[in-house]
Amino acid sequence: MDSSSRHDEWVRVERTPAFQEFARKRKVFLISATIFFLAFFFVFVFLAAFTTVLNGKAVGPLTWAYIYGLAQFPMTWILMHIYVGRANKWDDLVDRARHEAAEGEER
Amino acid sequence: MRLPRGRSGNVFGLSDYATAIVFFVLIILLTLGITAWASMRNKSASDQYVAGGEIKGWQNGFAISGDYLSAASFLGIAGAIALQGFAGFYLSIGFLVAFLVVLLLVAEPLRNLGKYTLADMLTARFNMSRIRSTAAVSTVVISMFYMIAQLVGAGAIIKLLLGIPYAYSVIGIGILMTILVVGGGMVATTWIQIIKAVLLIAGSLVLSLFVLSNYGFNPVGVFNAVESEIGSTALHPPAPSGIAASLDVISLNIALVLGTAGLPHILIRFLTVPDAKTARSSIIWATWIIGLFYLITPILGYGAALFVGQDAIRAQSPEGNLAAPQLASTLGGPILFAFVSAVAFATIVAVVAGLVIAASSAFAHDFYTNVIRGGEASEQEQFRAARIASVGISVAAIALALPLQGANVAFLVALAFAVAASANVPVILLTIFWRRFNSTGAVAGMIVGLVSSVGLVILSPVIIGEAAIFPFEKGSPALISVPLGFLGCYLGTLLGGRGAEREREQGLQTDYDEVYVRSLTGIQNVEEEIQEAAPTQESSR
Repeated sequence: MDSSSRHDEWVRVERTPAFQEFARKRKVFLISATIFFLAFFFVFVFLAAFTTVLNGKAVGPLTWAYIYGLAQFPMTWILMHIYVGRANKWDDLVDRARHEAAEGEER
Repeated sequence: MRLPRGRSGNVFGLSDYATAIVFFVLIILLTLGITAWASMRNKSASDQYVAGGEIKGWQNGFAISGDYLSAASFLGIAGAIALQGFAGFYLSIGFLVAFLVVLLLVAEPLRNLGKYTLADMLTARFNMSRIRSTAAVSTVVISMFYMIAQLVGAGAIIKLLLGIPYAYSVIGIGILMTILVVGGGMVATTWIQIIKAVLLIAGSLVLSLFVLSNYGFNPVGVFNAVESEIGSTALHPPAPSGIAASLDVISLNIALVLGTAGLPHILIRFLTVPDAKTARSSIIWATWIIGLFYLITPILGYGAALFVGQDAIRAQSPEGNLAAPQLASTLGGPILFAFVSAVAFATIVAVVAGLVIAASSAFAHDFYTNVIRGGEASEQEQFRAARIASVGISVAAIALALPLQGANVAFLVALAFAVAASANVPVILLTIFWRRFNSTGAVAGMIVGLVSSVGLVILSPVIIGEAAIFPFEKGSPALISVPLGFLGCYLGTLLGGRGAEREREQGLQTDYDEVYVRSLTGIQNVEEEIQEAAPTQESSR
């Protein structure tokens, strides 16, 4: 059974401790990052669409709408760098998962 | 206001036109030169679709930015900020945050599962031709809406910039993009995107420096001037004017933020790089380039409002599409005007070329090679099919754009985003993340998303006016059609067809264990990679 042995190989990788750690870390990061940036953005859209609370002046001529709107830029850049930094580290876990799966096969 | 007016009632004088035409011809020659160079490297279907998967990180970063920053971004947002103030800056923020959805949720799994097209990614899980066909249909529909929008906008802009009639401009750009895609494939398209991104950033920076030089290079000075000369209403969002209008704004932003992750011509860019690390480095480049560009847009828009004047901008184009070239003409004279116009032209050519690649690969690779020929076509046949499809798609887009002169470009672009958010995004996300998802759910989700988003727009005031059933003024359907797309996936999976488990037994669906591990790790050939990693194998070598 070629397809079922192939299936076993994938499951073997999936069950390695390294892959489990990688999948868990990735899931936690992605869920919290996604909730954070969607909330950060849609609270802004919601406030601007339904209220006038952002229309007041914050700093000099800049309104709160501009302050909140401009804050989305560093938010995007920082989140992107955090993600890329973590994803590059997770590559080591993927390599470990390959090795662990291979060692599991030897036994 | 302070603007010299030409005799024909146009804002731009004859010498402006002459210089602009020289720049346009330079851009056209550059495009043809790149095509000639790339055609020597464009030898296979893989070259045509994804440049052989050999694009470098920084190159792809610039090319993503090139695809991302369409004429709607450059001309449309500058004009919107000039005329509506903060409400125009909204779009900049939405397009930027949208990129986070792409890079966090979609980019890497897509790269790990896909080959040439969006449908490849879905069929990495569902081995069925109806999934492939449905995904190809939605790719073609979305790319067509987007392409028609770009062509209609291009025709209108070139008519105003150079005085060439609308139909000639559309046909001219159409022919140029066809030569580019058919001759140079993805290699040429990528380089055009890179050059266009560099030109666009350079043009915007130069323009903004011209504006800032009047305020001691202090951006806050621009805002002060806006407050005193235009009024503080330009610096905050418009007051809410009723629930339907507010929900329309929310709906539009949902389409922008989610839709980007379903735009085929953006997604296929992640298939042109060799591995996940390169994809990530291209993400870093693209996020910085795109962000810096959008950060400059208020300077450009407000600069146009201050130096050109809102009335003069409206006189040229009611949506303000020519605000940026007008600003260039006022502050920098004919040379800067010609340069900025040429940048707008390059932007349009590059974006339509990317769209032709996306739509034609859906047609040739998905329909022809895999559905009609059952994946049996030879490399030469595939390559030929891709080129024939490119010609067909271009001709169809030109034919559709010709009668649409005067159509609202921003509306057509928003529609493309809404369809992408409703038809593609739910299926992409659930294919990656939901173990129980089945093929009936995938097809149902795509069809429900496609039909409901297009249908709601038809029922909105934009199309049928007074008789509208769907109450949103701007006709943005995403608030309703995106949940419907997810619901279609869910109910289709629950009610229709076989369960995921039975589909796997019958070979209709790939094991989710495989899809899951592959999408996360990028492991392609599991047996080989495990053997390579095995310690005994290495020592025995």
